[in-house]
Amino acid sequence: MATLVQAIRLALHVGEERLGVTDIFGEDVGPPLGGVFTQSQGLRTAWNTPLDERGIVGTAIGLALAGQRPVAEIQFCDYAFNTIDLLKLAGGVSWSSAGDYNCPVVLMTPVGSGIRGSIYHSHSFDAQATRLPGWKIVMPSNPLDAYGLLLSAIVDPNPVMLLPPKALLRAKAGPDERIPGEPDDERALAKMIDAPLGDRTRWRPEWPDVREVFVPIGKASVKRAGRDATVVTYGRMVPLAMQAAASVASEGVEVEVVDLRTLHPLDWDAVKASVKKTSRVLVLNEDTEITNFGEHLVRRLSEELFYDLYAPPRLLAGAHVPGVGLADNLERASVPQLEGVVAALRELVSHQP
Amino acid sequence: MTTTTPHEPPGESALALPAELLVRMHENMVRARCLEERLIRMNKQGDGYFWIGGPGEEAFNTALGLLVHKGQGPAYDYLHLHYRSSATLLAMGADPVDSLRQMKNTASDPYSGGRNFCNHYSVRKWNVVPVSSPIEVQFSMAPGTAIANKRAGGRGITIVQGGDAGTAEGDFASCLIWVSRPGNELPCLMIVTNNQGGISTPASEQHGEKHIADRGKAFGMRTAVIDGNDVETAYRALEKAMDYVRTERKPMLLEVAVSRLYGHSSASGANLITEEADCITLLEKKLEERKILPRAAMDELRARTTQELLEASKRVREEPQPDGSTLYDHVFSDRDLVHDAASRGNGAS
Repeated sequence: MATLVQAIRLALHVGEERLGVTDIFGEDVGPPLGGVFTQSQGLRTAWNTPLDERGIVGTAIGLALAGQRPVAEIQFCDYAFNTIDLLKLAGGVSWSSAGDYNCPVVLMTPVGSGIRGSIYHSHSFDAQATRLPGWKIVMPSNPLDAYGLLLSAIVDPNPVMLLPPKALLRAKAGPDERIPGEPDDERALAKMIDAPLGDRTRWRPEWPDVREVFVPIGKASVKRAGRDATVVTYGRMVPLAMQAAASVASEGVEVEVVDLRTLHPLDWDAVKASVKKTSRVLVLNEDTEITNFGEHLVRRLSEELFYDLYAPPRLLAGAHVPGVGLADNLERASVPQLEGVVAALRELVSHQP
Repeated sequence: MTTTTPHEPPGESALALPAELLVRMHENMVRARCLEERLIRMNKQGDGYFWIGGPGEEAFNTALGLLVHKGQGPAYDYLHLHYRSSATLLAMGADPVDSLRQMKNTASDPYSGGRNFCNHYSVRKWNVVPVSSPIEVQFSMAPGTAIANKRAGGRGITIVQGGDAGTAEGDFASCLIWVSRPGNELPCLMIVTNNQGGISTPASEQHGEKHIADRGKAFGMRTAVIDGNDVETAYRALEKAMDYVRTERKPMLLEVAVSRLYGHSSASGANLITEEADCITLLEKKLEERKILPRAAMDELRARTTQELLEASKRVREEPQPDGSTLYDHVFSDRDLVHDAASRGNGAS
């Protein structure tokens, strides 16, 4: 059972062996480290770059324009803010040239809090990413989705950003989230593809014969069905929403959890179908709350489903502070916690129009 | 390292170009100048919202366009140009009427379909990557195409060009670093066309380095500083620089002194500045002295080209504007990557 970060590695392996990926690159992405989270260990086309995020994004664009298939990484999304204009350019290549060029870049950058990452290893990137027209933005909450979304990103002719939640990178797959072809035993997989500690110069991975699974970009997943309220969420907040749903289930409240998986282009049909059924909706993410992507969802919910709602659509998100503070109390006060989600759900279902 | 100082008198015998080539270059330079002057007129007459272009850079940019290995894919040269490169495009074979179309933002504008300012080209079939307005970003992208050139194994190189003021951006430093990584040097010709300033700010107030090209030396790069107003110096220096990059598969930084004859853009008035050297005047003097072309023929060329472009601009004025319903076209591409990969490398088209 692959962890999310192993699933990313397996997808990159499939990408470079079968789907034409030519370059997997970024800071410390190549040997010997293979990524600060181990995401690119043992990959044939992985290489290290200078410590220059703008150079990474620019080079990825150049490679893509020249017919290569780059997968670039910004080590933490906290360090992608200085690349915004290059990201805008990548998103504008096709539109600005009236379709003359396209820009098939895959950019991976881990996001969010939950690893005690302090101010500059805890930022979210949802709002910035979804303000880049021309990009597709995907955010997995489990290993199989990470694997399948990354494969879909690799074969997409457009720039696609994969935002894996840092706190979930070591999360194990659930029972129905196995990658076809991976070994049953998680220790067996680790032995095959995790680089050993110490000297790695002679180490080569033994790749399992995993099969391709393309999780479609733009398709949400209903993680739990329910009739009383909908939580629309993604990434790190999906497991939290599931826990909250389990918690209120003991009180007789049945919550539906919709994992968007793709932020743009959004699976509005899935959101609409769920909210029309439950008539109550909580949008949940950990990005700062002002000009938050969830506000876009709340706007559409209000505009398009106003007469289907029994309660005001609610957004639960991170505090609008410059970063996530290191101290435990500060992090807990910054980003949504289980108690807060449960409380929001109770309030939502008890609201009387 | 080859370093020459700007305005160094060229050794005539070594530099002299064949008369036929000089005539060809002259014709392209005149066409480019007339095009820019027509674009300026169109803007001033309300047939276009903004003008920016390259009058004053025609000598060097024409040489560049003639020396490019033109085609599609990494076996050919990639061009990361900027909005002063009209003479390069024309020398490569672009239709000047397409530049008028972009100025008038017509649906028929082949570079952007009426979406971008004039002189913001995109020509995939010739490896001219989309020109964008942000200064210097092309220098961050150039290493990517240069990697593809190197990988392709032929003689294709990446050419990236920008102005002097833009070199203050971090992207210029990015390019220096990325194209000179030890053991991974890239076939990239970095060109700085130095017109001594930004929009209104003189370079001398902002830049302490003697020559921008000197920055390449810290990375072990071959560098040169040349006079881009002289067609023969420009052509020979560029030929030599390109040959080095093509053969050695290593980067080079070339600094080229050029004029800016109509200021930065329409934002600064776009009026003729007579104090700066005019590369066409300089070339025409040579052509007359060497009895290659008579004055009357050159004057006739200029008048005829001006008239042709005037007439073309009237026709372009009648071409339809893009329909608002096409707004979302091409936000996402549906190009088939698998098919595209199979057809790649077919060569020039």
